[in-house]
Amino acid sequence: MTSTAPAAPGRSRLLQERRTVPDRGFRVLVIAAAYVVLAILAGIAIFLVLKAVPALHKDTANFFTTFAWNPDNTPAQFGIGVLAYGTLVTALLALVIAIPVALGVALFIAYYAPRALAQPLGYLVDLLAAVPSIVYGFWGLLFLRPYSAGLQTWVARYFSWTHVLGTSTGTVGQSFFLAGTVLAVMILPIVAAISREIFLQVPQTQREAALALGATKWEMIKWSALPYARSGIASAAVLGFGRALGETIAVAIVLSTNYELVSKLLSPGGNTIAANIALTYSDAGQVGTGALIASGLVLFVITLVVNLVARAIARQSTPAGSVV
Amino acid sequence: MAKRVELDSLSCFYGKFRAVDDVSMTIEPKSVTAFIGPSGCGKSTVLRSLNRMHEVTPGARVEGRVLLDEEDIYAPDVDAVNVRRTIGMVFQRPNPFPTMSIFDNVASGLRLNGVRNKAVLEESVERSLRGANLWEEVKDRLKKPGAGLSGGQQQRLCIARAIAVQPAVLLMDEPCSALDPISTLAIEDLINELKDEFTIIIVTHNMQQATRVSDVTAFFTIAGTGQPGKLIEMDTTSKIFSNPGEKRTEDYVTGRFG
Ligand SMILES: Nc1ncnc2c1ncn2[C@@H]1O[C@H](COP(=O)(O)OP(=O)(O)OP(=O)(O)O)[C@@H](O)[C@H]1O
Ligand SMILES: [Mg+2]
Repeated sequence: MTSTAPAAPGRSRLLQERRTVPDRGFRVLVIAAAYVVLAILAGIAIFLVLKAVPALHKDTANFFTTFAWNPDNTPAQFGIGVLAYGTLVTALLALVIAIPVALGVALFIAYYAPRALAQPLGYLVDLLAAVPSIVYGFWGLLFLRPYSAGLQTWVARYFSWTHVLGTSTGTVGQSFFLAGTVLAVMILPIVAAISREIFLQVPQTQREAALALGATKWEMIKWSALPYARSGIASAAVLGFGRALGETIAVAIVLSTNYELVSKLLSPGGNTIAANIALTYSDAGQVGTGALIASGLVLFVITLVVNLVARAIARQSTPAGSVV
Repeated sequence: MAKRVELDSLSCFYGKFRAVDDVSMTIEPKSVTAFIGPSGCGKSTVLRSLNRMHEVTPGARVEGRVLLDEEDIYAPDVDAVNVRRTIGMVFQRPNPFPTMSIFDNVASGLRLNGVRNKAVLEESVERSLRGANLWEEVKDRLKKPGAGLSGGQQQRLCIARAIAVQPAVLLMDEPCSALDPISTLAIEDLINELKDEFTIIIVTHNMQQATRVSDVTAFFTIAGTGQPGKLIEMDTTSKIFSNPGEKRTEDYVTGRFG
């Protein structure tokens, strides 16, 4: 019997040593990278906890239920309530405003725009993501606030019966509504870009299934594109929500912050975790600094949860068994 | 109501590329016509021009006329959407709407036509599923997603979806090429039944299939890459396969095609 490759005498080729060296090297590298990320994350968490705990001990109020922020008073009294509330409200508002616009832009680019227009438009939307957030802040304060005042006053006059769409001070301006609008513009690019990519990936067989039945373009979108893209859009939305939660400087600029529980979206006032840190960090005393770090820890946890949700949604992507 | 289809000097383009050149033919109502020919000769392109799906591809257009019982489907005031509601199509790969139930898949075309009445929908869905020989297999799970069926069942679901709106013509582009022999036979039997009601045009690479299901066969070919596809001859299927008029047809159907 002759063997084609030189095998060790008496050994079958199947039993030769595995060639694992390059494989193993790469494995080590990848695992190391993963652990570095974990270590950084853990480091941040530990730092936040260590700095926050002493301040939390000084807190004479319940951190989770108190709606006040006086950490440098004696006795110190502060709670995350107002800040967490404002953070969630502005981010939700941003999402509510951004999603329809982002979907419209994405659908237009993917299905309606002539090809010559679709690409430049896509670039423009992506460019919105490259604008520094401080620019959005000043844009919101100096442009959007005066130019939307008329609209806000009008809404407040005719919709104040809804309570939410009213103002308690009789004036409008640097409100949750303004902050939410600015945040909406800031998260628009990411939501629009992801949605656009998903719409472009809708399989041709699916689009043609609808069109061949005599669906109009909108009916095709309703039956083929949106069901296919649903989970992707949801995770894009959650990613945008996460960005809005953590946005700091733009909100700090447009909001005239206070520590009141503002339930009317057009009333000036309110606060968010990130904006509060940016605005008060430099003047904070020892307990104040620790309190701010504790608030940062809360934001960290909220963002983590939001991102986990986004992952979970993305994982259950297209329906099983579909022919694509 | 089955209708006659007439192609009058039809040429199909992808941008500047002339993919199909000057095809004229008449397809009689309630008959099965097979399109055969080598890969790339333009069978799918011609088929897709018959319900104006060709123009869905960016840059694609046609010249010439396609008459549906004397009415030109490419006349300027004719809406492609209405053409597609009249001329049904079944694709090579089964493509049910994956998130819709079996019932909703079959009802989708009717709903596009504005049918809302539940009793009417239920009756048409059952009739179409029976027509597609799928009723017995799915009648207990109409609310389950269509994507949960086997490939052959999915294809019959797509046929049910296409015939639910009572199209004048049914176009099928290699409907069995993704299926096993048993599902293929099931669909061939189905085609034989459906021709009592519909005008059927089917693209196939399978010569036996063409002889089994079709009354008339059209043979297309292509001179070389970059050349337009042409209709070589069209005749009764028995004539094409036993005594074709053209040497090229004979070479192809006997397997001597180079
Ligand atoms: N979307 C497209 N864009 C540009 N050219 C195309 C497109 N689709 C098909 N063609 C070209 O048109 C010609 C005819 O293609 P067509 O798909 O109609 O052939 P076919 O006879 O159906 O082939 P097959 O038997 O392989 O399905 C080919 O030269 C093909 O390359
Ligand atoms: Mg083809």
